[in-house]
Amino acid sequence: MRITVTVDGTAYTDDVEPRLLLVHYLRDRLGKVGTVIGCDTGNCGACTVHLNGHSVKSCSVLAVQADGGDVLTVEGLSRNGTLHPVQQAFRDNHALQCGYCTPGMIMQTLDLLAEEPDPDERAVRLGLEGNLCRCTGYQNIVSAVQDAAQRLRGGGSAESTPTEAAKSDTAPGGVR
Amino acid sequence: MTATAEPEIGKARTRKEDEHLVTGRTRWTDNLVLPGMQHLAILRSPFAHARITGVDTAAAREMPGVVAVLTGADLAEEQGSLPCAWPITPDMKSPPAPSLAVDGVNFAGEAVAVVVARSAYEAHDALEAIDVDYDELPVVLDLAAAAADGADLVHPDLGTNVSATWTFDSAEAGSGGDVEQAIRDAEVLVERTFRQQRLIPAFMEPRSVVVDPTGAQITMWSATQIPHILRLMLAMTLGIPEHKLRVVAPDVGGGFGGKLQVTPEEVIALLVARRLGKPVKYTESRSETMLAAHHGRDQIQKLTLAARRDGTVTGMKVELLADMGAYLRLVTPGVPILGAFMFNGIYKFPAYHFTCTNVFTTKVPTDAYRGAGRPEATFAIERMMDELATELSLDPLELRARNWITHEEFPFDTVAGLTYDSGNYEAATARARELFDYDGLRREQSERRERNDPVQLGIGVSTFTEMCGLAPSRTLGALAYGAGGWEHAAIRMLPTGKVEVVTGSSAHGQGHETAWSQVVADQLGVPFEDVEVLHGDTQTSPRGMDTYGSRSLAVGAIAVVKAAEKVIAKARPIAAHLMECAEDDLEFTAGRFRVKGTEKAVGIGDVALAVFAAHDLPDGVEPNLDSEATYDPENFSFPHGTHLCAAEVDTETGKVRIRSYVCVDDIGHVVNPLIVEGQVHGGLAQGIAQALYEEAVYDESGTLLSGSFAEYQVPSAADLPTFTTGRTETPATGNPLGVKGVGEAGTIASTPAVVNAVLDAVRRFGVRDIEMPCTPMRVWNAIHTAQGGAR
Ligand code: FES
Ligand code: FES
Repeated sequence: MRITVTVDGTAYTDDVEPRLLLVHYLRDRLGKVGTVIGCDTGNCGACTVHLNGHSVKSCSVLAVQADGGDVLTVEGLSRNGTLHPVQQAFRDNHALQCGYCTPGMIMQTLDLLAEEPDPDERAVRLGLEGNLCRCTGYQNIVSAVQDAAQRLRGGGSAESTPTEAAKSDTAPGGVR
Repeated sequence: MTATAEPEIGKARTRKEDEHLVTGRTRWTDNLVLPGMQHLAILRSPFAHARITGVDTAAAREMPGVVAVLTGADLAEEQGSLPCAWPITPDMKSPPAPSLAVDGVNFAGEAVAVVVARSAYEAHDALEAIDVDYDELPVVLDLAAAAADGADLVHPDLGTNVSATWTFDSAEAGSGGDVEQAIRDAEVLVERTFRQQRLIPAFMEPRSVVVDPTGAQITMWSATQIPHILRLMLAMTLGIPEHKLRVVAPDVGGGFGGKLQVTPEEVIALLVARRLGKPVKYTESRSETMLAAHHGRDQIQKLTLAARRDGTVTGMKVELLADMGAYLRLVTPGVPILGAFMFNGIYKFPAYHFTCTNVFTTKVPTDAYRGAGRPEATFAIERMMDELATELSLDPLELRARNWITHEEFPFDTVAGLTYDSGNYEAATARARELFDYDGLRREQSERRERNDPVQLGIGVSTFTEMCGLAPSRTLGALAYGAGGWEHAAIRMLPTGKVEVVTGSSAHGQGHETAWSQVVADQLGVPFEDVEVLHGDTQTSPRGMDTYGSRSLAVGAIAVVKAAEKVIAKARPIAAHLMECAEDDLEFTAGRFRVKGTEKAVGIGDVALAVFAAHDLPDGVEPNLDSEATYDPENFSFPHGTHLCAAEVDTETGKVRIRSYVCVDDIGHVVNPLIVEGQVHGGLAQGIAQALYEEAVYDESGTLLSGSFAEYQVPSAADLPTFTTGRTETPATGNPLGVKGVGEAGTIASTPAVVNAVLDAVRRFGVRDIEMPCTPMRVWNAIHTAQGGAR
């Protein structure tokens, strides 16, 4: 089947098998390897992209379903070398370790913040429920999302937001 | 060149690694595309135990895009046996472990045939057309039954399911007294049997391997934690000359021990690529990861704790059954014995006995998983301490304080034969108590008890230490491990004063590039930004022992320090020559050699440029400022800490909610608090997951039921609380940075803290134990069973 899809601002027309998953189309046909695959059951969210303005798990969408659509991936977020505020917030809050879940987390965060610009901690945790991270224990991700929310609401750059680590206490009582 | 005034070590630097990770400009193995590359798909056994009586690949070969279909028989001559590097006893039984099954299969998911095709979709299509005839054999699933006489055998040729029995006895080792005597003399005995359920490491990036056989060397890219060990093992087991093989671990999406392996898939890809003379790629699906990548834990622990009525512990006996699964992979047999040295925890009881029986079953092999042996040991001792406290009606923290090694007693020779160099359990515990509001929560707990609140509160304690910085080579040798525990580093001062650091430690999310840059910036007095860290490629980083066992900082970064010292030593005579002074007149601070008592100075970068030009060097001086160092630690390091968990247990539904979690970890000096904090959080998540959520479950036919993220409950953000973390800082005495290591601490300490909290909430109903994971069903059942079903 012939499909036309706009990905990160560029239109592509391709012949694809009807069964081709959107994530494979992005990765294998377009070389958009920033979007990754973590599972085959739609449970991990690593493959999250936006289709027509909303987050989808691109492993659970067929490429043909994206025909005529507009896809945004993590690779389309930064402009002229400037990180998107969500990317910057993830970086500043140490919200990633291996980084494998990160593209999906960032794309899901954008969707979450579009719906709820000022989420409390519970709302962030529930909003990210479909995205698994094995490294971070989520705490810094939650901080990053709230930090990003503030940046997007125009609360100024929180570049020097004190991170959890900086706040953590060091009691020197044990020094030998 | 500007010198950094403020030390880098201790700064919460955001990571150098992150820019490319947050923008998607990553180098995962599965991203690689090479000209002419073919794709592999692997057919896996649906049966746990069967003989293969025939494989018909004819139809598969005719499928579109298929280049080749190979069976174990096709590769039998060349595939060798997957390596086990840890023969824990001289008579250990280890069956041959083929990468592609030849005669039969011993776990569901074992690789049986491989399809090579133009595309991954076509390769997978062709799997369906392969016809395999299996003769089913009895499955061996129950660990205790497998160890018993007369059990069905996994490997009938071995005549037993017992691979090895390994023993440590404090009386024999001279590190303590006789346990049997302690048990006879005990005023109180606590006996318990705990199950360490089987866990799946569940790194987020599925394993992937690309092999290019077309160059002067065969190059393998693999999502591995151990590029160096992998290269060596492949060379040794496949007979490929080591110098003809290059292994690259590009960006690696998590490991947790799960990628500390020589995998069948890597061997298969290598053999197929070599046979075809073409690049190949294999990337597994998540379901395949769950099924066929090694699992962790899976032990039955039988414990006897002897004590006096005042709470003084007098001895402990440990009898373990450890599930090896169907084969011994790289370090499978050694995982439980790593725990042998930790069952005594932070306590100074005088008698200890440990026996471990390693048993084969028809399940996927077990091997390293975050903490490897130490979480199991810590769980056991910390659960036992709580049981003893209950028995004696003592506060669990009070009981611990009566038994722990006090700050004045370090260095301390333990009953398990280790020397703990430093620690301050009092300080960590006091700090944790305070952050947690221990007394306040205890008050709330009794109030809830009094009013029979359907939601009860439990408080769980876990005080722990662990051995990390694996490991002194001599110690590993004594334990019959096949390699040493050193680490390698090289530093290259470039003519412009920039610095390349090469480390043998291979990161997969730990932030080495950032942390090593901080270390080097301080050592050489160069800006953090001027340091580039290279790792994970046997070509750029030819020597290494890789990353596991929280060894990167405590061993790997120390090698970097040693290499930096050599660079400075090399630069010193040259600086003296340039400034026409005696070497002894020079002091090196903040990146500059200064003539003492004068303003005359030259930066190390200027020396590097002068060395490059080499116009005017002292006689006999080599024109470079490069150095290498290999560091072998003299001892492990021993992080410790106190973790406190408050859990709310809904007695009507069995649901557990962690209300608050406080941990105070002492990991010695901290290079980057940001990274440390992240490691602690991630570790806690994995330990809590063992306590509450995760378990690999096989049905009675040996089929893995928890074969995807739909059934295997890796916790999401919604399942975990916000952690409160604190630190005390008792430097390690064995290394120049005073660092201990942090990667596994959170996992090791948190599982018992959570389970102790759950039990603390429901003990009043007569519940004595709940198997992990403490799911709502199990908790509810435990309450009802203890109440005679009448509640
Ligand atoms: S890869 Fe799409 S949800 Fe896991
Ligand atoms: S950072 Fe590794 S999975 Fe999230």
